[in-house]
Amino acid sequence: MRNEEDLHTLTGAYALHALGREELTAFTAHLAQCASCRQEVAEFGGTTARLAAAVSTAPPPRMKDAVLHGIDSVRQLPPRLPADERPRTVSGVLRRKAGPLALAASLVAAASFGGLAVWQHQQTEEAQQRAQGTELRMRDLTSVLAAPDARTVHGRTSTGAVTSVVSSQRQDKAVFVGTGLPEPGPGRTYQLWYDDHGTMRPAGLVDSDGATLLQGDLRKASGVGLTLEPAGGSPQPTTAPLMLLALPA
Amino acid sequence: MDADASRRTARHHRAPRGVGRREGAPVRQPLPFAAPDGGGSRLEDLMAQVARGDKDAFSALYDALAGTVFGIVVKVVRDRAQSEEVAQEVMIDLWRQASRYRPEQGSVPAWAATLAHRRAVDRVRSAQASANREYDQAAREHQRPFDEVAEQVETRLESEQVRRCMRGLTELQRQAVTLAYYQGLTYREVAETLRAPLPTIKTRMRDGLIRLRDCMGVTT
Ligand SMILES: [Zn+2]
Repeated sequence: MRNEEDLHTLTGAYALHALGREELTAFTAHLAQCASCRQEVAEFGGTTARLAAAVSTAPPPRMKDAVLHGIDSVRQLPPRLPADERPRTVSGVLRRKAGPLALAASLVAAASFGGLAVWQHQQTEEAQQRAQGTELRMRDLTSVLAAPDARTVHGRTSTGAVTSVVSSQRQDKAVFVGTGLPEPGPGRTYQLWYDDHGTMRPAGLVDSDGATLLQGDLRKASGVGLTLEPAGGSPQPTTAPLMLLALPA
Repeated sequence: MDADASRRTARHHRAPRGVGRREGAPVRQPLPFAAPDGGGSRLEDLMAQVARGDKDAFSALYDALAGTVFGIVVKVVRDRAQSEEVAQEVMIDLWRQASRYRPEQGSVPAWAATLAHRRAVDRVRSAQASANREYDQAAREHQRPFDEVAEQVETRLESEQVRRCMRGLTELQRQAVTLAYYQGLTYREVAETLRAPLPTIKTRMRDGLIRLRDCMGVTT
């Protein structure tokens, strides 16, 4: 396994989006707990932005029309809300939605907010950042559930837990909802995966029942999988999937 | 892997580069973040308005960022039609995610450029994965020596500051940064292309960016 020393040197490749998937996973986890790498990455972001500006090219005028037209049908992520309003807002969103969302909605409503799964790397961040991060994911989560094009698929894990995946192509995100997931056991965690037509892409960790926004974009994923992994997760699945749900085409 | 095969792997299996800039006249307006009069905070204000759903503000934001976004996407993706598609997605994503923007994490143009570069790279890598074998032959026919590619990249830079700072890099730093950022290669591909060990490339990317950062006076 690579040591921390090596990981510090990946800031450059990371800022250039030049890391392969495996290194990206390892470095992203490192980034969450390394303030000096975060600082360096931010500075490199300012640096690469100038490299981008140096090749600035006027787009065809029709692109602006297309974009301005395009945003008419795109729901913005809602603004930040005071902490005490969050649950009410979410249930409000859920109440307005019916049909294919009903089951997922009731599952989400049943899951307490305390049980809302958060990503593992979050644990290492400062309290304030943690709160903000949770809020951001919350916002994404509600916006997926409320998306006009949201689709829901249901299934059971091999251990009998009821699972649903709500996905929105337009939001390019998916939400996993689990009920009745047994304790993963000491030193283990549940891990979500996007199934990119046979290639599993890590999509975040789940430790208990509730609704979890999948980490990363949906893109052209054909399904969502769940496996049991060593604590901290794995770059690739190391056990057979407990569940593999095909997403609506 | 023989030298030819490794070079082939590292090259692009993409549509050949379009001829020059058709719609793409060089953009010579001042860079948004180079504005001496706090242009950065103007963009932050615009972003805050956009986050509240203000479409006029978004139109102004579009005008400020579209050149940078389209420019870097075209540089990486090359194919004009695909680039337009990707750049549109990026601009729409800026609208969608406006409320997520945090000034303390970087300037608005830096955020937009990062989103744009990420999407561009994703596009070429997914296209590469699916088309690798099919277009291998075609790609080889269009392949040019990397130093020629890097040379062209440099002469096309519109910013005097960036050109000057690029000249301050060692050859290996410049090529590592350029191949990754403008050509969208992974660092493994860069290592193969330059026939240098992986740890060396990793390090050159980092110290190359450090040197650029200091030369440009970037603070965040
Ligand atoms: Zn570090």
